This record gives sequence, C-alpha cells and structure tokens, in this order.
Amino acid sequence: MWLNRDLVSIGDLSKEEILEVLAKANSLLEYGKSGHPDLPLKGKIIATLFYEPSTRTRLSFESAAKRMGAEVLGFGSLESTSVAKGETLLDTVRIIDGYSDAIVLRHPSEGAARLASEYSEVPVINAGDGAGQHPTQTLLDIFTIWKEVGKVDDTTIGFVGDLKYGRTVHSLSKALSLFNVNLHFISPEQLKLPKHIRKEIEKKVTVKEHKDLEEVIPKLDVLYVTRIQKERFPDPEEYKKVAGTYVLRASTVSRGKRSMVIMHPLPRVDEIPFEIDNLPQARYFRQAAYGVPVRMALLDLILRGE
Amino acid sequence: MSEEQTLKIEKIQKGTVIDHIPVGRALQVLKILNIYSDIGLTVSIAIHVKSKKLGLKDVIKIEERILDSSELNKIALVAEGATISIVDNFEVIKKFSVKAPEVVIGILRCSNPRCITNTGENVKSSFIITSKDPIILKCHYCEREMETDEIIENIV
Repeated sequence: MWLNRDLVSIGDLSKEEILEVLAKANSLLEYGKSGHPDLPLKGKIIATLFYEPSTRTRLSFESAAKRMGAEVLGFGSLESTSVAKGETLLDTVRIIDGYSDAIVLRHPSEGAARLASEYSEVPVINAGDGAGQHPTQTLLDIFTIWKEVGKVDDTTIGFVGDLKYGRTVHSLSKALSLFNVNLHFISPEQLKLPKHIRKEIEKKVTVKEHKDLEEVIPKLDVLYVTRIQKERFPDPEEYKKVAGTYVLRASTVSRGKRSMVIMHPLPRVDEIPFEIDNLPQARYFRQAAYGVPVRMALLDLILRGE
Repeated sequence: MSEEQTLKIEKIQKGTVIDHIPVGRALQVLKILNIYSDIGLTVSIAIHVKSKKLGLKDVIKIEERILDSSELNKIALVAEGATISIVDNFEVIKKFSVKAPEVVIGILRCSNPRCITNTGENVKSSFIITSKDPIILKCHYCEREMETDEIIENIV
C-alpha cells in the first residue's frame, strides 16, 4: 500500500516495492522532460521544507511535482522563516501539514524525518537527514544501475572514496544487499566502510574490501565514486596524499569493462576530472537527471496510490 | 539464597535485593542506580559469587530502599534476568525477575549528538532492542546503535 505512506528510510521498502518504484519511474521517463500530459497530481500541493541548502534534491523534487501537475510551496533557506525565530521542527511540520498534501523534508539532524512523520497527517518524504537517511537518492541510484546496466541482480558494483562517512554509500549498499550482487569497497584505511554496515550487508551478499582500485576495476559493472572530504583529515598533507590516490584517471577506466557504468552522487570536486565526462562510461549526469522520474513515480505512488 | 552466600552478606531487615546479576555487572547496576559513593544507606555488594543457576553471579543488597519500576527497567538493560526481592521485616514480600522491554522509551539519551532527540524538540527518546546478548539498542529516530558501555553512559 503506497497511498499516504511516509518514506523515511530505504529500509522501509522491500525489494518488491523498490522494483515497483523502478518500473513506475521507467513508465514516466519520457514525461521527466516534457511533463505528464494528464497532470495526474493536479490540485495537489507539495511542501518542500529544506532546512539545509541543496541544489539537486530540492530542484528535482520541485521539477518532479510540477511535471506531474502539482503545485509546490516551501523554503530552501531559513532566513525568511519562523525557524529563524526559533520555531521547532515539530511546530513547523504541524502547521505545514495543514497547508499541503505531502511534505518533503531535508534537515541537518538525523531522525528528523521519522519524527516529523509521527506528527504529520500528510505523508513525509525524507530528502536527507544529516548523515542519516536519503532514500530517494538510493532509489535513483538503483534506477540508474537498472537502466544503464540493464539489470540489478547479478551485477558487480564497486564503491570508491569515502566509505566511512558517505551516507549514499551506506544506504545504497544496504538496499543492494536485497539483490543478488557482488559488492567491492575500495578506500584508504581511514575511510573504510563502518564495521556495523559491513556486518549487516555481508549476511546477504558477497563483500570484499580493497585499497587499490586498479586491481578490482576489471571485474566491475558499476563504479560508484564518492568525494573524499578535506575536513575528515586532521592533517592537510595526509588529505592531499590520500585524495590524490583516489582520483579517477582515464588510464584506470580503460582497464575496466567498456560497458562499465561510472556513477557519482554529485557534487564532485577533483575525484572525477573533467576528461572522464566525455567517456562513454560516465553516467553521473544522467544519474542526476533520473532523480526527476524517480521522484515523479514516488509522488504519484504516495499521493494517488498508483 | 544458599547458606554459604548468606554468610557473605547479612540478611537485610528492609530494602531491595538484586540477585542473579550476570557476573561482573554489579558495578554497572550501581551506576545505573546512581550509587557512586555514600548515599546514606547500607549497600552490600558481592561480586563473583557461586550460583547454581548462573555458575557465577553478582548480588547487591540495598537497605531501606525500594526500587521503582523505572529503575528496574534500567537494570534490565545490563542485567536481564536479575531477580529482585523486596524485603520487609526480614521477609521477602515480593520477588520477580527483570526483563528488558522490547522498546525502551524516555530513560536513555541517544549517543548520537546529531540525533533529532538531542536538539530540543519535544520528543522522548525511543529505542528498539535489536540484540539481547550482548544488548544492542537502535534509536528509533536516527537508527544509531548503542552497546552496553554507551547505554550506561547515556542513562538519564
């Protein structure tokens, strides 16, 4: 049952439900650019409450809502809101609840969307809560794999970069563990996947860890690159050394399959140089574009139940 | 209690006996009960006592103090299965085992400083027990897991 359901954590969805979102997003794909001719969400109001700045997530939610015929209201920064006057999240949510048919929430505190969902009558969709959950990113990542590789089951996926703090890696790897996949994690020692996540996913799928991307790249169907953040390193010299090692070179990509798909949640900094953008393997901009049909699908499932 | 053990700690006239504490956990139980130093009551502690049921156990006797249910729920988080005896006039008037609840509400702070429950919102903390031995609690909100040491540090 999708109607009026909250989406807080990717763990709230079963494999069948994830596949349902993928199929629905695929059926809406052409309308991601042109708008749905039937405007199925006409008359609905989506509130986007963004307590933290975001470009892709907020704009792709708003684009998705408008492509389906819904109206959008909300805020993308706190300056002109009651939040700036000290209003609590719960008060804001209870008020906006009366103004809208669904709330899309981004908040710096982990668990904010779960809390909001308990006090809101209208469904709450989590658009990222601090270092916690960001389920729509995970869904668009899986959609990208499904579309670009042609399947999710029986694929070999490598994650490279900051695997310790990167929430996209954590929730995507958890969601992928519902499928029949092989997962490889490539990172410096300091940024390895947290033990509790490894423990959870290796109960279900094969997990291998590496320091060197070169040795594992020939096996990969998907290479998921993440940014190594400077602030994670107390010593700037150490950061330079580590970040330099994990910059993706065209020569490294050429060691992989020609059909390999390179993904990145964006924004990127130096880890994917511009020269990679022109390679056929680079799909990160398409990945970002898939955010629209995936969010269209979710909004339709949640607001109309179909 | 067997004759051998009663020799180690005298019977109490009135108060609470916490028996069958998993061996080595007595000091954690005291911490949960906020018994750090002289609380003006006689507290007897026996650590590493032979037990038919557990092999080895710890025992605590607190004179003149009857524990309430919120304190007992807290004990269950580190000493599941401990036996509580309420004693009056040297007689056990009530005896039961503590059981960890499925959901722990309001008695712990989440160890994650960025959890929404630590930001001044009007919300009680809430945890689901994901493992009993060793005890692991998962925050219902931020989904962070806490193990024994963190649980003890965050009891309110």
